[in-house]
Amino acid sequence: MNDVILSRIAEALTWTGRYVERADATGRILDAYLHRLLEDPWRDEDTACRSLYAILGVDAPGRQHHCDMQQVLDQLAFDARSTGSIEGALGAARLNARSAREAVSSEMWECLNSTWHALADQRTAARRTGGPYAYLELVRRRAALFFGLADSTMSRDDSWRFVVLGRSLERVDMTVRLLSVRVLDAAHAPDWPTLLSASGADEAYARVHGGFGEGPKVAEFLLLDRDFPRSALHALTTAEECLAALGRPRQDPARRPIGALRTHLEYLDSESLEAGLPTLLRDLQQACMASAEAVAEKFFPYQGPVEWAQEGA
Amino acid sequence: MADIFDAYAPADAWDEMFERPGEVRTAYEPVLAALQPVEPAELRFRADQMARAFTDRGVTYAFAGEERPWPLDLVPRILDALEWDLIQRGVAQRVRALEAYLADAYGPCRAFEDGVVPWRLLLNSPHFHRAAHGVEPPGGVRIHVAGIDLVRDEAGDFRVLEDNVRVPSGVSYVIENRRAMTRVFPSLFAEQHVVPVDGYAQRLLAALRAAAPGGIGDPRVVVLTPGPNNAAYFEHALLARLMGVQLVEGHDLVCRGNRVWMRTTRGEMPVHVVYRRLDDDFLDPLHFRPDSVIGCPGIMGAAMAGNVTLANAVGNGVADDKLLYTYVPDLIRYYLSEEPILPNVESFRPDEPGQLEAVLDQIDQLVIKPVDGAGGQGIVIGPKADRETLERTRQAVAADPRGWIAQRPVALSTSPTLAGERMAPRHIDLRPFAVNDGSEVWVLPGGLTRVALQEGNLIVNSSQGGGSKDTWVLAEGPAERPYEEAGGPLPEKAPRQLGPDGTRAVVQEGAQQ
Repeated sequence: MNDVILSRIAEALTWTGRYVERADATGRILDAYLHRLLEDPWRDEDTACRSLYAILGVDAPGRQHHCDMQQVLDQLAFDARSTGSIEGALGAARLNARSAREAVSSEMWECLNSTWHALADQRTAARRTGGPYAYLELVRRRAALFFGLADSTMSRDDSWRFVVLGRSLERVDMTVRLLSVRVLDAAHAPDWPTLLSASGADEAYARVHGGFGEGPKVAEFLLLDRDFPRSALHALTTAEECLAALGRPRQDPARRPIGALRTHLEYLDSESLEAGLPTLLRDLQQACMASAEAVAEKFFPYQGPVEWAQEGA
Repeated sequence: MADIFDAYAPADAWDEMFERPGEVRTAYEPVLAALQPVEPAELRFRADQMARAFTDRGVTYAFAGEERPWPLDLVPRILDALEWDLIQRGVAQRVRALEAYLADAYGPCRAFEDGVVPWRLLLNSPHFHRAAHGVEPPGGVRIHVAGIDLVRDEAGDFRVLEDNVRVPSGVSYVIENRRAMTRVFPSLFAEQHVVPVDGYAQRLLAALRAAAPGGIGDPRVVVLTPGPNNAAYFEHALLARLMGVQLVEGHDLVCRGNRVWMRTTRGEMPVHVVYRRLDDDFLDPLHFRPDSVIGCPGIMGAAMAGNVTLANAVGNGVADDKLLYTYVPDLIRYYLSEEPILPNVESFRPDEPGQLEAVLDQIDQLVIKPVDGAGGQGIVIGPKADRETLERTRQAVAADPRGWIAQRPVALSTSPTLAGERMAPRHIDLRPFAVNDGSEVWVLPGGLTRVALQEGNLIVNSSQGGGSKDTWVLAEGPAERPYEEAGGPLPEKAPRQLGPDGTRAVVQEGAQQ
C-alpha cells in the first residue's frame, strides 16, 4: 500500500540523511584536527581553528580575537541552534525523522532519538575532562548505526532512496569543502594526512597507495577513487543511481548536473586533475547545489507551513 | 527482608489485588508471588529502566511543556475471563446504542419524537453539525473507534463514567505498555495466559477499509494528524506505521472536485478513507474554524459528496455529550430492546425541572462536571472542594444548567502502585477500546488503565499527571494459541567458516564478543 510517499515525507527523509551525514563528517573533521593539534605542540591553534571554520563554512571571529579549540567546539559541535554544528544537525535530523515516523523504521527513529538524549551527558563530560573524544565517537558510531539500520531495516523503495540521496549529496559537499580549504586557502591549510583521516580515508588510502598520503595523490583519492564510499566519484554515482531509480528521465534537471560531472570525473587523468583542481571543486559544489534545488522543485513542490527543521527557513 | 507490601493500607474503596488486608484475590496470586520477593531498590531500578526505554523510543507525552517518558506502573491490572466477558459485552452494547442514536439524530429523529430524549439536547449541542445531517456513512458506521471509560465502585461493580466517540486516544499506550511489561516480567507472561493486544491495528485497518465509499476496489486509507507538536502524535505515528498507511498532515492533502488527494513524489494520489485524529472544529476551515491551519479545506465537501469517508464521522460529539450520557441506559432499552449490561454512575441533570435545586442543595456531596470538558478539566469534586470553589460552582451551574451534570461520587477502586520505595493504593479507571467494522463491534482485550498517582486523587488523566498500568485479560482455561506452531525439523545450520588452512576456525567464535 505504501507504493508512494508523500512529498513532505520525501523531503524530511532527504534532510534526515543529509543531517546525519553532516554530523558524522563534522565529527570526523573535528576529531582529526584535535588529534593533530595535540600531537604537534608547535602547531598554531588559532590557525587550525580558523581552518576549521573555513571548512565548515562558519564565520570565524575577527582577526583580533584568538580562536581556541573550546570556542570551536562550542560553535561546531555543541551549538544546538545551528544546523552547521553536530548537535544542531542531529537535532534537525531527529525532528525530520520524527515528522516522518511512519516512513523511517522504528529502529532508525530510536537510534536518532536516543542519540539526541545521550548527547547532553557526553557534552557535559567533554566540558569537564576537556576532551570531546567520547562525544565525537558517540556521534560517529550512532551515524554508522543509523545508516546501517537504514540499510538493513528499510525496503529498497523510494523512501530509502531519498535518505541515501541526501546522504550522498552531503558527502560530496563535505569532501569538497575539505579539499577546498587545502587548495583555495593555503593559509589555513590542513596537511594531507589530516585531510585523509578527517575523511575516514587514511586506512583505505594506505591500502591502495601505501604511505600517509601526500599532495595530489590524496586529492585524487578523495575525488576519483571508485571504491571508497566517501570519494566524490562514489557519492556522485550513488546519488545518480538514486535519481535514476526515482524514475526521472536523463534530461532531469536534478540528475543532469551530477551526471555530467560524474562522467567528467570518470575519465579525468591525474595531470588534468591537478591543473584544474580549483575549478573542479567549484563545479562540484555548484552541481550538488543545483541538483538539490532541482530535487526540491521536482519532488517537494509545495511550501508547508512548518519548516523549522529545514535550512533557509 | 522488607516487604514492599508491608505498609499497604487499602483505602476506603474496592482494592483490585486484596480482598482484605493480607488476603490476595486469586487472579493476582502469581503477580504478588513475583513481586513480593523483589527488593524496593530493584523495583525502582526496573521502573527507571523502563522510563529510559520509553524516552529513547520516543514514547513520551507532554506534561507542562516538557517531554516526559510515558508513566507505566510496574504492577499490572488484571481482569479475569468473567469480568472481561461482562465488560466486553457491555461496551459493545453501549457502542451499538450510540451508533443507533447518531443514525437517528442525523436522520429520522425518532427518539426525540417519541420523547425518549428531549429535542433541546440535540439542538443545543455545540457538536451538532448540520453539515453531517443526511450524510449516510458507508455501512452505517459513524463510530469506527470508541473509548468507553469505566470505573469500579465500592461494591466492585463496573460502571460507565463516560463515552468517547469522537477522537478517543490512548490505544497506543495499551500496545506500548504490553511491550514494556513483557520485557520487565517475561516469566509472568509465560505462566499467566494473558490475552494479546497486538491485533488492534489489523482490526482497525479492516474497519477503515470496510468504511470506504462504495465501488472502490482497493481503498487508500490515511491517518490525519495535526502534526508532531500534538500531544498524541506518537499514537498517530504508531497507528499509521502498524497499519502501513500514510500519516498525513492537513497540507499534504488537497481537495479538488469534491475529491481528496494527497501530494506524493509521484504526483497526486486519491484518498478514500481518512482516519482523522483532529477535532471536527479543525477539520475543514471552509466549514468550521476559518483560522485552522491544520485541517484541509474542502474535505467536508468531499465527505458530504460521499467520495471520502471520515472516521470517526463528523458530528459524533452529540453522542458523547456528558448530558446525553445520562440517557444512554434509556437509549439501550429504546433502540436495542435490551437491559444495559453496564450501569451508569448515578447522575443528575440540572437542566431538568426540580433537579437543579436538588443539585444546588447538596453540591458539597456531588461531583460536578461541565458537559463539554475533556481531560478532567473543570471537574469539581464536592466533598473535597473548599467553600469558595463550591460557591463559584453553584453560581456557574445556576447560570447555565444545560452546561453541567452532577454525579454521586464514586470511590474508584484502587490498585497497588509503586510510590517511592513501596506499594500504595492508588485509584484507577479503565478505558476499553472498541472498533466497529459495520458487522461487529470488537473490543480490544483489556484497555488503558489509568492511575491517579497522587494519593487520594480521583482524576486519572495523563494531562493531570496520571500514570498507567498494563491491563491483563486472563484467558479462560489453558491459553488459546492464535497461531499453529511451526512443525518440522529446523533447517541445517549454515556451514562454519573455514580457516585459511582449511581447518575450522573454532577460536574465532566466542572470542569476538
